[in-house]
Amino acid sequence: MLPDRFVAWFAMRGWQPRPHQLALLDHARRQRSTLLIAPTGAGKTLAGFLPSLVALSEPGGRRQMRITGRGVRRRGIHTLYISPLKALAVDVARNVEKPIAEMGLDIRVETRTGDTSTHKRQRQKIDPPDILMTTPEQVALLISGAEAEDLFADLDTIVLDELHALVTSKRGDLLALGLARLRRLAPHVRLVGLSATVANPGELAGWLTSAESPAEIVTASGGARPDLGLLISDARIPWAGHMAGFAMADVYTALKSARMALVFVNTRAQAEFTFQELWRLNEDTLPIALHHGSLDAGQRRKVEAAMADGRLKAVVCTSTLDLGIDWGDVDLVIQIGAPKGASRLAQRIGRANHRLDEPSRALLVPASRFEVMECRAAVDAANEGHQDTPPIRAGSLDVLAQHVLGMACAGPFRADELFAEVRSAWPYRDLDRERFDRVVDFVATGGYALKSYERFAKIRLAADGTWRLSHPRFAQQYRLNIGTIIEMPMLNVVLTSRNKLGRVGVSGRRLGQIEEYFLETLSAGDTFRFAGEVLRFETIRDSEALVTRAHDPDPKVPAYAGGKFPLSTYLAERVRAILADPAQWRALPDQVAEWLAIQREVSLIPRADQLLVETFPRANRWYMVCYPFEGRLAHQTLGMLLTRRMERLKLKPMGFVASEYALGIWLGADIGASLRFGRTSLDALFDEDMLGDDLEAWMAESHLLKRTFRNCAVIAGLIERRYPGQEKSGRQVTVSTDLVYDVLRSHEPDHILLQATWADASAGLLDIGRLAAMLKRVRGRIVYKPLERISPLAVPVMLEVDRQPVAGATHEALLGEAEDEIIREAMGDRASRFRAGAL
Amino acid sequence: MTGQAVSVQARFEAEAMNRACGPLPGSLKVSVAGADLVFTREAALWWPEEATLVVSDLHLEKGSAHAARGLFLPPYDTTATLRGVGALVHALGPRRVISLGDSFHDADGGARLPEPARETLRGLQAGRDWIWIAGNHDPVIDGDVGGDASLEVSIGTLTFRHEPRDGEAAGEVAGHLHPAARVRVRGRSIRKPAFITDGTRLVMPAFGAFTGGLDVKSAPFAPLFPNGRFHAYLCGEDRLYAFPSRALSGG
Repeated sequence: MLPDRFVAWFAMRGWQPRPHQLALLDHARRQRSTLLIAPTGAGKTLAGFLPSLVALSEPGGRRQMRITGRGVRRRGIHTLYISPLKALAVDVARNVEKPIAEMGLDIRVETRTGDTSTHKRQRQKIDPPDILMTTPEQVALLISGAEAEDLFADLDTIVLDELHALVTSKRGDLLALGLARLRRLAPHVRLVGLSATVANPGELAGWLTSAESPAEIVTASGGARPDLGLLISDARIPWAGHMAGFAMADVYTALKSARMALVFVNTRAQAEFTFQELWRLNEDTLPIALHHGSLDAGQRRKVEAAMADGRLKAVVCTSTLDLGIDWGDVDLVIQIGAPKGASRLAQRIGRANHRLDEPSRALLVPASRFEVMECRAAVDAANEGHQDTPPIRAGSLDVLAQHVLGMACAGPFRADELFAEVRSAWPYRDLDRERFDRVVDFVATGGYALKSYERFAKIRLAADGTWRLSHPRFAQQYRLNIGTIIEMPMLNVVLTSRNKLGRVGVSGRRLGQIEEYFLETLSAGDTFRFAGEVLRFETIRDSEALVTRAHDPDPKVPAYAGGKFPLSTYLAERVRAILADPAQWRALPDQVAEWLAIQREVSLIPRADQLLVETFPRANRWYMVCYPFEGRLAHQTLGMLLTRRMERLKLKPMGFVASEYALGIWLGADIGASLRFGRTSLDALFDEDMLGDDLEAWMAESHLLKRTFRNCAVIAGLIERRYPGQEKSGRQVTVSTDLVYDVLRSHEPDHILLQATWADASAGLLDIGRLAAMLKRVRGRIVYKPLERISPLAVPVMLEVDRQPVAGATHEALLGEAEDEIIREAMGDRASRFRAGAL
Repeated sequence: MTGQAVSVQARFEAEAMNRACGPLPGSLKVSVAGADLVFTREAALWWPEEATLVVSDLHLEKGSAHAARGLFLPPYDTTATLRGVGALVHALGPRRVISLGDSFHDADGGARLPEPARETLRGLQAGRDWIWIAGNHDPVIDGDVGGDASLEVSIGTLTFRHEPRDGEAAGEVAGHLHPAARVRVRGRSIRKPAFITDGTRLVMPAFGAFTGGLDVKSAPFAPLFPNGRFHAYLCGEDRLYAFPSRALSGG
């Protein structure tokens, strides 16, 4: 099946073509699209490219010249490779060039990313390479250009790398729409998806082509089973927290014996903390480095290069190193804090030991007692090879709006045809015509009921029934605002120093970028952790935050420590099962088993299908704690809705706190008595109907929704993207999306962009689907335990009560409180006297 | 009174006692350059003695100004802003209304004003003086929008102009900067439009529906209050909240 040249090349490398590599070749010969599911290290990339290399090496495999309306030109692109990371695109290009050179094939490979020079990009359009390596954003740019038809007419193969990571986000929506267009430009194009193991391969195969004729699925056999363990410290395991500071000595010992270790954490704050703690212990001055998304890109590249050269002992990193490139010879993965999902964990473990025949070695370090159970559940799931990647959700309307404008930039379109094309993209297969038309209307003039922007229309319906761009400058605007990744507004952090007079310098080394909202809450003199140091905030000047080195070891301002991803539904189920089954406690550390045993004694242990609710008085307040194990986001939404309901029942809710595992609410009224005397019932409190009007009313004012709206508004092109470092010049020009949101909601609550926002928030920040499923699950299965004092299980969430900002309290109430404090400070004891007098 | 140093403590006592109510719930009486003024939570200024209502930076037709550039902000900002002004006019029945500059988002804003909005405006102007102070966005008021235009206006001890002047400016009431102040409370940061005054001069918050804010701790405010001391009155939903500058966070 393999041409001689290739057989010889495999032999020269001392390799055998793997069965899945040959399977892909076979499917390619039959022009079948294919999804390859393979663990890292299985030669996935080569498998994806092999059919293209073979085809391009065959005589007649390459069309030479083409004569088009625009004149004579070379052939178009043969194979398009799309990766979620530009670094990966560059790296894979290098890897593919190697066999091409060694076999002496006449195949040109080029990359095209945001870093590619304008000159080269222009040239690529006129004289395209055989194989182009790029990112989803660049694909969107390419298909919006007038030359897209020529460029892609000869397209034979599209290879999509790390597909599992792409499809669950808005980037996946944009890519799916782009593929729909490429399929129209090149009807015979073949798609090849490369993916890690996922929960539902059938769905992914449908995404690649269509639900009616999904791609073929090829599964590479897994390598050796990973060698997984829990790192259980002899130190006391904390009740709450995420930082695992207590276990750092053990982590240090573990990485000392490794060749090179990757220390994964869930947040930037954890990365900074872990890095500093490890260096505090690092008496052997081992080369330990730090890697996360906010660090200066140059600094990150340096760390990556040092890894590749084997010059590092360990790298503390966030999800920035989850995907892609093999950086050197990693033989140990340490996961600090809960892994949140079985598949996430499996992918991280795969970063160790990229040889199939040797087991990957990984250690999990739980940061609290609940996390011990979660880590246990995750290890069991990984050993069983269970997957819990989330299902692919319906396509977002804001992304569709961006794409519709892009298609108008490419050339005039007919609504009927574009609608059919859009529906051929998997995430939009159920889109109805009315919504599509509203999106087109939005692109044209904003889609408002009040039609006052007709004269400013970006696209117009021409007499021939096509929609046309009304001015070329809108194409330029589109290109500047392309993409779905909306960064929070960031400021550069610049390390400077004080001169002899104590003045702060104005220039210095750039350490990286931090969210503007965080920096704006700081006052001069506040200290915080960043780039591996404790820094003192001085001032914000233009788009830079000036900082100096602080000499205190512990920062004053703690960074937010919660993770981005909630505990997966599957792991939650397993954690509930461990909790419900005392026989499984034996596999847990003594401290944790004992904790659960006391819980059984003084309160109760719920069955896996039950929801435990406890109430108890404490310090002049009453508390209600429940344990749904559905993740912080769903708990937060539950807390908002429950407190609204309690307020109506005159139970005087004062605030609540949500953790990954539990929800605690404190009240000014005796909820225990209210339940005892039947004035309130738990079934009524937890009734699913809370997802009706209450949800609607709360959403209207929630800041979470405003944040989501901002992202949708930028993606849909309602407001312009702000680039990092861009001058904050025209404050009168900058639009506050919060205000736009308020005005739009009060005048046109049904607007298409508000619909997009709502859909986005319910799937994301509010996790409504999960909450709804939980309420349904526990109906008739709520077990209630009235208590005189706090239970062992309640301790972790109660500790958070004192630590976190009060989620339930409104901004206004807090402002009043701060004002009172200032008045007290200014007037001492006389404050109360004075206040009383004023009344 | 002008320029006289007033202790923080005395000011607080005076202000807390002066929580005004009546037609302006949640507002505060504050003295600036000897004039007794009322700050409202809606970000307007009421001068009872002169029966004068002042609003700043309305930025009318900001929505359509963006729409002309292909950014289709909701076309309801002018309606929303005029509704806010209207509510105050009806509640107070002022003899005079001053719009303190940047009343229109751009020079063509007046001409673009939709007819219903123009009518609303005429209704608001009937039976009273209406003064458009020139702003940097609308140096010339065009397009049949009624009222009188002026670069600045002096009444009693106060001078109303759009852009505040650096250094001493006793009795100056200005806008332009869109002041917003930030307070950090229990791990949360709360930011609101704010009146900024040291007792001799005043910078008003922006009133327009789409107008963002500029942090009062940022550079443009520094030359206005050379010793860095002032009070910020944050406009909340229900009332105003007073803070001395040292209690605010920000760079």
